[in-house]
Amino acid sequence: MNLLKISWSNIRFRPLNTLLSVVLLAFGVGIISLMLLINDQISEKFDRNIKDIDFVLAAKGSPLQSILANVYHVDAPTGNIKVSDAKRLIKNPMVEKAIPLAYGDNYEKFRIVGTNSDYPDHYGCEVESGKMFEKPFEATIGYEVARDAGLKVGSTFTSVHGFDNAAEGDPDAHHHDKPFTVVGIFKQSGCAIDHLILTPVESTWLVHEHGEHHEEDMEQPATDLPEHHEAETTQLADHAEDEHQHMDAEAHDPDEGREMTAYLLIKRNKGAFGMLSKQAENTTMQLANVAVENSRLMNNFGIGMSTITAIAIVITILSFISIFISLYNSMKDRKYELALLRTMGGTRMKLFALILSEGLLLVFMGYVIGLLLSRTGLLILSNTMKENFHYGFDKLGITFYELILLAITLVIGIVASLLPALRALKMDISKTLSNG
Amino acid sequence: MLHTSNIQFKYDNGPSFHFPDIHCGKGEHLLILGESGRGKTTLLHLLAGLLRPSSGEVKILGQTTSGMDDASLDRFRGKNIGIVFQTAYFVESLKVLDNLALPAYLTGEKVNREKAIQALSRLNLESKINVMPANLSTGEQQRVSIARAIMNAPLVILADEPTSALDDKNADQVISMLEEQAALNGSALIIVTHDKRLKDRFSKQVSI
Repeated sequence: MNLLKISWSNIRFRPLNTLLSVVLLAFGVGIISLMLLINDQISEKFDRNIKDIDFVLAAKGSPLQSILANVYHVDAPTGNIKVSDAKRLIKNPMVEKAIPLAYGDNYEKFRIVGTNSDYPDHYGCEVESGKMFEKPFEATIGYEVARDAGLKVGSTFTSVHGFDNAAEGDPDAHHHDKPFTVVGIFKQSGCAIDHLILTPVESTWLVHEHGEHHEEDMEQPATDLPEHHEAETTQLADHAEDEHQHMDAEAHDPDEGREMTAYLLIKRNKGAFGMLSKQAENTTMQLANVAVENSRLMNNFGIGMSTITAIAIVITILSFISIFISLYNSMKDRKYELALLRTMGGTRMKLFALILSEGLLLVFMGYVIGLLLSRTGLLILSNTMKENFHYGFDKLGITFYELILLAITLVIGIVASLLPALRALKMDISKTLSNG
Repeated sequence: MLHTSNIQFKYDNGPSFHFPDIHCGKGEHLLILGESGRGKTTLLHLLAGLLRPSSGEVKILGQTTSGMDDASLDRFRGKNIGIVFQTAYFVESLKVLDNLALPAYLTGEKVNREKAIQALSRLNLESKINVMPANLSTGEQQRVSIARAIMNAPLVILADEPTSALDDKNADQVISMLEEQAALNGSALIIVTHDKRLKDRFSKQVSI
């Protein structure tokens, strides 16, 4: 026999009151904690992907889209830019580093990104097994790609045109014949490279060597299937030969006709980048400011999250009222038994503690169920997001904010049970028992 | 064991009472008889320390209970006084056996389940150990409350109209049980009642 056993019996004895209070609090706490978890993990993921990248040089379009596509790898790119045009801007001394990115294909919904070793180096991604890609059609793949697509060092795969919308077995999918070979797998880094397939830029050029339909393909990958299909059947040897002739013919400018999706730019110092932006204005390119677009994104996000959080706070307040009413009524029903406890040697303080512990037990149950709800919500959300964007939430531990939330719920429990407990403290036992 | 001297009590805006002095020695059984409105329950509450007299004093085991502070009085009562009320009250959410564990828990004693089971079987309630109090009959409830009153082996047992809600057979049984249980510890037993059926059973009586 102890205080908790008595409180617990009392709580269980009134299951409907208890259920209402606990469910309300669990939803309040659950939603707030879910918002905290999402906010925490999204900003952490975003920050990790931004990592000192100042600008994205990409085709004109929505600057936000070019950041989503090229930094976070969740949206389709705005189009392609000419390498020769881009290089004119990049050679500016204010640009410390320009990392090339060329898209076009995917393998089992994992994006294939043509780039150079600057890209993984920038994020500090190390190769865990195998080596870094060097030659065309060599691929070094992210941790999740290896895990989910079942690729190992030495595996080969053929790419599918498009980003996320074509998958194996899709009859409309436009397959390329030239296989890629996995030469290495990156260590898990927590940034976008985890779900990317990296290959030299040349691979993407070689895959799409044929025709000038590049950009249209990107938007509508399957419209000109027959023509492409024919083109793609070109033998590997021809391919190389074509390439060779192509290079010979335009030896004066190897970049002529080459296209890139974007460049990630890191500036040298606090230089005036305005000039560079102006320079881009007269071209088909634009410079998107990562910090500005990201804060715009987080703001939009924030409005949605604040609304949901506000609803959760209202639910929590309702749960507070429910706990208060439930304890107050149960106190009224139980005044004889509280008086009885006094006659059997229970002091006022013991009664006070009993009622307080009932309130605390209720909120603690609500809190624990709330955290379980938020984890369940996070996992469901994470799976949906992984399917669509390869972004998941995987941290399920208790965060610092949730400890604060625990403190707040305990305070709610104490405040809600204080008045009923004070009534018990002041109760006139003789009068209560005589009225029976 | 228990005696009062010159106790008076006045309710705020209510009647005032002046009670005759009461003496009850170790192992003695005392019947206090009185009609309704004579302050029987008031007197019992004064003896139990649930009320404090306006004047006069209550002495139990040589200690003046009317002079103790609230918390000490609660503890003293829990350890030394067993009370059986007219209506049997229970912690409704606890089973019979757990209700019997309360007196020991509340006074900080070690809970002795064996002792509780023994007390219940002496009162023919062994089959009710795991029953919720609300599912007992009135007679059974009164018997359980007697078992509970003696759990801490109190030296004073106070009973307030313990038989008024019971039929003859049950009333007889309850009184016999009270006497038996009081005899076990040599407790002083004081019964306050207007129930005339009890008049012939007690040699020592006080009328108020």
